[in-house]
Amino acid sequence: MPAIADGPIIEARGLKRTFKIRKGTVEAVKGIDLTVQPGEIVGFLGPNGAGKTTTLRMLCTLLAPTDGTATVVGCDLRDDPVGVRRRIGYVAQSGTTTGEAVAGQEIVSQAQLYGIDRKTATERGKALLKSLDLDGIWDRKCGSLSGGQRRRLDIVMGLVHEPKLVFLDEPTTGLDPQARANLWHHIRDLRDRLGTTIFLTTHYMDEADSLSDRILIVDGGKVVAQGTPQELKQRVSGDAITLTLRGRKDTAQASEIIGGFEGADTPNVDGNVVRAHLPDGSTALPQLLRALDKAGVDAIGLEVARPTLDDVFLTLTGRSLRD
Amino acid sequence: MTFFKDTWIVFSRAMRLSLQNPLWVIIGISQPILYLALFGPLLQAIAGAPGFPPGDAWQIFVPGLLVQLGVFGGFFVGFGIIAEWRAGVIERMLVSPASRTALIAGRVLRDVIVLIVQAIILVVCAMFFGLSVPFIAIVLGLIIIAMLGASASFFSYAMALAVKSEDAFAPIVNSIALPILLLSGILLPMSLAPVWLQTLSDINPFKHVVTAIRAVFRNEIVTGEVGLGVGIAIALVLIAAFVGTRSFANQTK
Ligand SMILES: Nc1ncnc2c1ncn2[C@@H]1O[C@H](COP(=O)(O)OP(=O)(O)OP(=O)(O)O)[C@@H](O)[C@H]1O
Ligand SMILES: [Mg+2]
Repeated sequence: MPAIADGPIIEARGLKRTFKIRKGTVEAVKGIDLTVQPGEIVGFLGPNGAGKTTTLRMLCTLLAPTDGTATVVGCDLRDDPVGVRRRIGYVAQSGTTTGEAVAGQEIVSQAQLYGIDRKTATERGKALLKSLDLDGIWDRKCGSLSGGQRRRLDIVMGLVHEPKLVFLDEPTTGLDPQARANLWHHIRDLRDRLGTTIFLTTHYMDEADSLSDRILIVDGGKVVAQGTPQELKQRVSGDAITLTLRGRKDTAQASEIIGGFEGADTPNVDGNVVRAHLPDGSTALPQLLRALDKAGVDAIGLEVARPTLDDVFLTLTGRSLRD
Repeated sequence: MTFFKDTWIVFSRAMRLSLQNPLWVIIGISQPILYLALFGPLLQAIAGAPGFPPGDAWQIFVPGLLVQLGVFGGFFVGFGIIAEWRAGVIERMLVSPASRTALIAGRVLRDVIVLIVQAIILVVCAMFFGLSVPFIAIVLGLIIIAMLGASASFFSYAMALAVKSEDAFAPIVNSIALPILLLSGILLPMSLAPVWLQTLSDINPFKHVVTAIRAVFRNEIVTGEVGLGVGIAIALVLIAAFVGTRSFANQTK
């Protein structure tokens, strides 16, 4: 048995992957370092093509890294791929089932490949289906399920052998809001009950925010930032203040007032709207209102927004995650 | 041994899926039966002509059909694995600790069982048409066909996974299977061919397998022809299994 008692469950150094394509090469992952502790829920957040799937496939032994090293659940990726496979679960981004196969039979045969007997596999499979609101699909063909049901079936198949570490590649795409919330609940429960470590990729800020203990933001094949959702949000220069004036004549004066607050950045004027960031928006609000009033600035609207991970991404990369 | 267990798991799953949709098994068997019914009688008329190998028309013709069944049936299984790959099934299995060889061998085993059932149906039908062979010859013939089918399946999976596109795979299969079959003398024996064609067909390993099964069906079992054919069949299986396993393992490169 590899020693996994205390150390990190994933430890990757300088992971790289280059693909050969018709004309030249694509550097999908350009050197990623990762450390994940047992029992963590880590969100891997980034736009399309950032290299999330490529990184996951390397960590799951499905793709040989061009360079770099990694230990996953105590086993070296290159020296002991079978050891890694035995201990992890992986749910691919693009599905895992063929339409003609019967759901229950697929679950059992997948579990058997991990050396689990039919009876245990059936029990676990049914329990998992139930917890993801899929009871009753055991005897149904995968092709007859709805997109969201089939996605949840993928997840059941990745969990049926109760791995210590699960990689979920965009687990919630195609799920309705209720199924999504239910899956989040299940993921947290998995960690709380079995101590499973979860490494998931997502495009959704709210998902990464509310589910993960820690977030890694990837862009262009590199980790550009990491930390708890809270830490990352603090990287953005404070709360966003949006002040709307009745006319345009007072914008200069309003900018001056907001800009005069401690820690404020240079206000940005757009028509009759003035935008700026303040380190602590809600405390500054009453003072700001008073100052505006005293100067005779006619404000018709004032909004304070807490930073989101979207803002974090924008600050870090200069692009919005939705682009 | 986990290899045998894994092979069995993969085999049972594949077999279950095939049995669920037996249409292509039926199509696969109806084709040789059409040959038997529509071409066999023609052959019977000319089987006595000079240049024909010894044995009656059915003893010459049925081994050819069996090889056709094995080679064509085997070469086409690759389409199935492209579909499975696209659905993510292959990747789901590759991420499990199962033996890579088992992942392909289980599927090949399914193909071989299907082939054997088809071959038995074919031989039984041929008996109604007038084929007469000793039981032991049928058994040995089926074993050789099984090896041939297994190698065709292994090769087919390997090629299919290398190209991963039905559009690319179809012309490859056709351009390989057709010359192999034509140069094996499955419909007419190669002894009727001009010298250059005979030389070409001598290079084709499948021809020697057809020759061996014909000898077996004439009950000339302990002969050099049979030895050569069986030896080639064994070599083909070993090479194909190696290539096939490599192609599965290469999926994670
Ligand atoms: N097999 C491949 N051959 C060539 N290029 C590839 C291959 N797989 C991925 N890439 C390229 O590598 C880059 C990273 O792809 P990857 O799938 O890891 O992105 P991702 O972060 O998972 O994106 P998405 O959010 O769209 O799933 C992309 O530019 C992609 O085109
Ligand atoms: Mg992806």
